[in-house]
Amino acid sequence: MDILLLLVPAALLLVVLALGAFFWAVRSGQYDDLEGAAARALFDEDQPEDETRSR
Amino acid sequence: MDTLAAAAQALPAPGDAYRPGFVDPTAYARAGADGHSTLELAVRGAHCAGCLRKIESGLAKLPGVTQARLNLTTKKLTVSWTTGLQSPAGIARALHDLGFHSVPYDAGAEADHQRASERFLLRCLAVAGAASMNVMLFSISLWSGGDEMGAGTRGLLTWLSALIALPAIAFAGRPFFRSAWRALRVRQVNMDVPISLAVGLAVALSLFEALGGGGDTYFEAAIMLVFLLLIGRYLDLRLRGQARSAARRLAALQVAVASRIDEAGVIVAVPVREIAPGDRVLVGLGEQVPVNGVIEDGLSTLDVSLITGETAPVESGPGAAVYSGTVNLSRAIVVRATAARGDSLLAEITRLVEAGEQARSRYVKLADRAAALYVPLVHSLSAATFVGWLVFSNAGLHGALVHAIAVLIITCPCALGLAVPAVQVVATGRLFERGVLVKTGDALERLAEIDVVVFDKTGTLTAPDSLTLERGEYTPADLQCAAMVARASRHPLARALAAAAGPGPAAADVHEVPGYGVEASVDGARVRLGAPAWCGAPEGGVGATAQLWLAVAERPPVRFSFTDQVRPDARETVAALARQGLEIMLLSGDRPACVEAVAREVAISNWAAGLTPADKNARLIALRDQGRRVLMVGDGLNDAPALAAAHVSIAPANAIDASQAASDLVLQGASLAPIVETLEVARIAKRRALENLGFSAFYNACAIPLAVVGIVTPLIAAVAMSASSLIVTLNALRLASRKPGP
Repeated sequence: MDILLLLVPAALLLVVLALGAFFWAVRSGQYDDLEGAAARALFDEDQPEDETRSR
Repeated sequence: MDTLAAAAQALPAPGDAYRPGFVDPTAYARAGADGHSTLELAVRGAHCAGCLRKIESGLAKLPGVTQARLNLTTKKLTVSWTTGLQSPAGIARALHDLGFHSVPYDAGAEADHQRASERFLLRCLAVAGAASMNVMLFSISLWSGGDEMGAGTRGLLTWLSALIALPAIAFAGRPFFRSAWRALRVRQVNMDVPISLAVGLAVALSLFEALGGGGDTYFEAAIMLVFLLLIGRYLDLRLRGQARSAARRLAALQVAVASRIDEAGVIVAVPVREIAPGDRVLVGLGEQVPVNGVIEDGLSTLDVSLITGETAPVESGPGAAVYSGTVNLSRAIVVRATAARGDSLLAEITRLVEAGEQARSRYVKLADRAAALYVPLVHSLSAATFVGWLVFSNAGLHGALVHAIAVLIITCPCALGLAVPAVQVVATGRLFERGVLVKTGDALERLAEIDVVVFDKTGTLTAPDSLTLERGEYTPADLQCAAMVARASRHPLARALAAAAGPGPAAADVHEVPGYGVEASVDGARVRLGAPAWCGAPEGGVGATAQLWLAVAERPPVRFSFTDQVRPDARETVAALARQGLEIMLLSGDRPACVEAVAREVAISNWAAGLTPADKNARLIALRDQGRRVLMVGDGLNDAPALAAAHVSIAPANAIDASQAASDLVLQGASLAPIVETLEVARIAKRRALENLGFSAFYNACAIPLAVVGIVTPLIAAVAMSASSLIVTLNALRLASRKPGP
């Protein structure tokens, strides 16, 4: 059972990492629009961004 | 004359008055320190990837725009541009040209509060989820391999569970603890009290056992309960937020026109947002006061129920302050504006939305009352379970407490409390998306019960903007005289006549008799404009067209005829309603020849003509006394009493303010077809609400005895209780099948 001393902290560390990633995602607004991102992925990038900005 | 003609050109077409225009968002733009300005707009009609792309790329092409991003879930568009290179009005106009209506988003409190609560719940949910899975990992090891482990390992796993569960519960349980504490502080109980108590007891008992070095712990039950409950809370909050923002969008789009009186005394129809402080505005009978102001001329009765909640009308005269949203009930008045529209609009919208939310349905009241009785019952039942097990069995303190906790958890009346509101939120949210503003909480319940539909003719079955004045035997002087009287009225025929005559002054001393016409004084003579009999014309009028008669003193009355068309989808809507087994009636104040023509065109065999407002009201009361449940669809001033008397009522977007105020639902847009869908949604919603109530009653009837006799452990209780809440929410969500809009 000594292996638990390694496995349990490892599991807890992973959980903390996952939670940290999730908190970051919530704070940066990734969960504010769940539908728009799905639709936006379908766009063709037919205008390079720089061009639209300069116009 | 040239200037008049030019002014007439500049005037909106009669139909424009009813179409929601675009609102100037200049006041809502925020200039940042980095040389960029930002504007948030609520966009209506964006549903799919195509719309998203059209809007984002269309706006990005505008000069100066650096970013345009549309949130498809909240329909909120954020645009940034280099300050000075672009104007907020230019952006709104460009959006309008792309085919999307927009209104400025109140960037302040409401939206931020919703977003903050959503994020808060999401964080709690994540912590509770991660923690409950890890605690479960240790608990399952303890349950399955407990015999093979040494005491040291068991202790380690138990303490690890506590180490994870305690901080997680303290963090993620806050929504429940705070709410319970708030309720307890004012000496009340809500559903969060038994939840908090159960979680607290389970944790305390487990800690006690762990310290004692053995026995069963219930950390996993406590954290799992918090996690599963948070799922329901989060879904509920998100649905409510969406429904509320859709309601605000709709309410904000009800942009009306006001009649401004310029220096020469000429009445000009302008969008309400253009009214500035100091402007004089004519508020006709049945119209809403467009901006805050002071009465300058006229004595009238005002309905202030939307502002103060006072239902008795108030007499007001010159010098009295009036607020936007007040409905003018007896005579035309002149108001001098003291504030701009923008200042009063948001407050008005908030009031409108809140008034709708507060009017609670009968089922919600029933469920609330049941829940209020239920909470003390749960506490006594759980206390009785504890005492019973302690005294009459050898389970001991520990066993008795575990059973009491299981009872507390399993009987939380969450499903009961969610059963109806969840259905209502989903149903109204879906209708908001389709452009139907649900004004009262129980409107859908009443709508589901109807068996008769009564339509009004002019402006309801016929399209309000299709009315055009025919050439006739009247002279231009007659037309100008009639128009002076007509400008003070909101009746569709009067509006069409005023539009045909162009802008000009209004008559003084105007008195409107609903169902008959308008009386006023023009150049010292009494003038009547209205129904044939009222103006001394031959009874029944002439021909089958809509008409107004003008009677000036002793001269023979003059006729104005109008051509109109029924709404394109009127026939289809009537047929669809008839197919559902509803009886359809057409009640009109117009002449029989006209009404018969329209009745034939839309295939309604049961019609009545020549009715006064009192007759209409009496017919509805007669139907009610026969036990019929009537849906009234009407728009005019003469319909307002009937709309209020009907079991449930719908007003189209062009309806006069007094009728919109009296009705339960308001349609947006020019189509009648949403009536059919609204009825369908109302019926499904009623079925879902009853299913949910039945299910939660059944759940409680089964689960409570099991928990009291000690068959259920706290963990199973947590899963069963949360599952019942989730089932109720998911059942409600079945209503939300969102078809893409037109």
